Amino acid sequence: MSATTSSRHPEDALGHPAEVDVSPGAADRAVRAQPRMIRLRGVSAEDVLVPAAAAVAALALVWYPYENVLPFSGALGFWVCWYIAFLVLYCAVTALRAGRRAMVDRGVAAATATAGIFALAVILEQVGYVALRGWAAVKHLNFFTQTMVAAGPLQPLTVGGIVHALVGSLEQLGLATAFSVPLGITAALFLAEIGGPRAQPVRVIVTAMTALPEIVAGLFIYTMVIITLGLHACGFAASLALTVMMLPIVTRGAEVILRLVPNNLREASYALGANHARTTWYVVLPTARAGLTTVSILGMARAVGETAPLLFTAGFTNEMNANPFSGPQSGLPILIWDFIRKNPTQTMIERGFGAGLALMVMVLVLFSAARLLGGKAPGEMTRRQRRRLARDAALAPARAERPPAEQGAPWQGAGL
Amino acid sequence: MTGDGRSVSSAPDSPTMVRVLDRPRPIKAPSSPGDKVFHGVLNAGGFLVLVLTGLIAFFLVLKAAGVLHQIGWRFLTNFGWILSENNIGVGAVLIDGTIIAVIALAIAIPVALALAIFISEYAPAGLRRVMIALLDLMAAIPSILYGLWGFFFLMPRVIGIGRWISDHLGFVPFLKVPYTTFIPGQFENSTLLAAAVVSLMIIPIVASISRQVFSQAPVNEREAAYALGSTRWGMIRTVVLPYGRGGAIGAAMLGFGRAMGETVVIAIIISPVFTVVTRIPQSGGNSIAALIANFASESSPEMLSALIAAGLVLFVLTLIVNALAGIIVARSRSGLQDTD
Repeated sequence: MSATTSSRHPEDALGHPAEVDVSPGAADRAVRAQPRMIRLRGVSAEDVLVPAAAAVAALALVWYPYENVLPFSGALGFWVCWYIAFLVLYCAVTALRAGRRAMVDRGVAAATATAGIFALAVILEQVGYVALRGWAAVKHLNFFTQTMVAAGPLQPLTVGGIVHALVGSLEQLGLATAFSVPLGITAALFLAEIGGPRAQPVRVIVTAMTALPEIVAGLFIYTMVIITLGLHACGFAASLALTVMMLPIVTRGAEVILRLVPNNLREASYALGANHARTTWYVVLPTARAGLTTVSILGMARAVGETAPLLFTAGFTNEMNANPFSGPQSGLPILIWDFIRKNPTQTMIERGFGAGLALMVMVLVLFSAARLLGGKAPGEMTRRQRRRLARDAALAPARAERPPAEQGAPWQGAGL
Repeated sequence: MTGDGRSVSSAPDSPTMVRVLDRPRPIKAPSSPGDKVFHGVLNAGGFLVLVLTGLIAFFLVLKAAGVLHQIGWRFLTNFGWILSENNIGVGAVLIDGTIIAVIALAIAIPVALALAIFISEYAPAGLRRVMIALLDLMAAIPSILYGLWGFFFLMPRVIGIGRWISDHLGFVPFLKVPYTTFIPGQFENSTLLAAAVVSLMIIPIVASISRQVFSQAPVNEREAAYALGSTRWGMIRTVVLPYGRGGAIGAAMLGFGRAMGETVVIAIIISPVFTVVTRIPQSGGNSIAALIANFASESSPEMLSALIAAGLVLFVLTLIVNALAGIIVARSRSGLQDTD
């Protein structure tokens, strides 16, 4: 196979036998020519034009029959039909030009890329829809300065707000984080640093607990803290329920991070005479700091949106209650739940969406913070560190030996 | 160590040397007091998770005992939820919740696997990082917001689809709805709608675990497939998918556990019934978690005991499913990167 076809995807080579240079003297010319750079991931005009043409053709094909011949209606159905037509046309054109195997390959590529677009669309849809519907309530400043004491279902949006739920959510989240992060990291240290056969059941249970039904966490704290210990529903009980949800998530994510700490760092520490405790405190944990931060904040982002754990534990109030240890304390999710179910008038629904927007913003802020604070794997270097290493490497090539970087940041997606 | 010992003992010109044992010296590292405390703390931390799980089971059993003693095993098979007639049980609710979870999984698995393959195989490196972050974000969107979206945005838009399914796919069992055009709301609050929204929530879970497993398919096997002339899809089909099968099955089971436990979305969308759902696009359905959430403000102690019993059933069920999933993921040839 000559270099002519290799300028595309390597697998496309099969589909283009006609492009192989078999003319007399081709071999000589190839020898005389400079070795050409082979681009494995190049994009040719055909790679772009065929999907584009298929997209336009599909649009033209679906435009009239839809609503007129087919028994469908609505924008969503139109785009689904368009997409099916697009896939069929794209596969057909590829089959004509490059053969059946290339057709299957391209078809699968298109289908999986669609799944990616679908995920993106779902996220944009969620954020955009809540922002759109929530704006009506959020644009009034009183939404963030007042409580719902004076506002009933029939009052306009210029009266009443959610400040009590904001305070409640932040306090409950803070307490839950204070409980679950130290415990979770300790449990993760047990799994990563001690390990062995005793760790395996713990690991299985932690995995299982990451998918613990939210409502069970609420019921558990209700039976233990409120019925058995006699505490009343309060922010503290809610934060305990959130802790039950957060602990496995933090544990599992932190274990993944701790396992990435290179073993030679530990061995170097032992060689210097440090014991296990000091090695962990001065070597393992600082090395994993960025990742542990990310895991903790992702856990917080998950916990702040939980509704069901609060159902039995937080109680509900329209008043400001800044003390999490006594009296019911509303959080944002429970407030939305109450607004749209108890008395769903138009203004209450709009308030619910406003609170949803506030909740979404909190999640997005936490999420961005997690990415900014801990974008790196343990041992992964910043750009400046890499430059310095390259400079040193130019002086002493032997020092440039580094293990290859991990593919992707491994804790991402670890928060189940 | 062993090699050194052998070479010394077999050296002919060292007659005075006593015979060196041909095995490594056992290393005894006495733990310092600090380490003993440290190991104690870590063991306690690991043990705590087990204790927590045990405590959940203990307190749920303790408080559910009243109703369970009164009703017995019929709690699992009774279809009603009428406390005064002793006709109370999770039979129908359990089946309805399983139906929702199964439909959600049927929608989620193809999308999630395609997403995982796209991220691990097709996406360029820059896009891959973005997509991984997006998956995390998708998992972090609060369930109540999915519920709001499903109820206020999606529901009015799927009525037509429900009717179309009933009209044109009615020959398939469970899809025919005998509706009349005069009564509104027959296709709202349906099992199908709830399952569709739940599927969006389990896609990121299934996709992120599958992606982790797929991306660990060995590079040399991938290159071998390419070297034999495989297309990229051929490589995925013969190398990546067989390698990641166990992980993907475990991921799907974890997704199923999540779908069974999903509370708020189902409670918001569905109109609760206590019969077994036989028409998926029709209004009505239930799940254990949604049942508990719907009765959360109920104050009578007997009812609370019954709810706790239902929660116990849900807890045991999801714990078994999720633990099995965890074991399958860990035992598969690949395993997640954090298991041994």
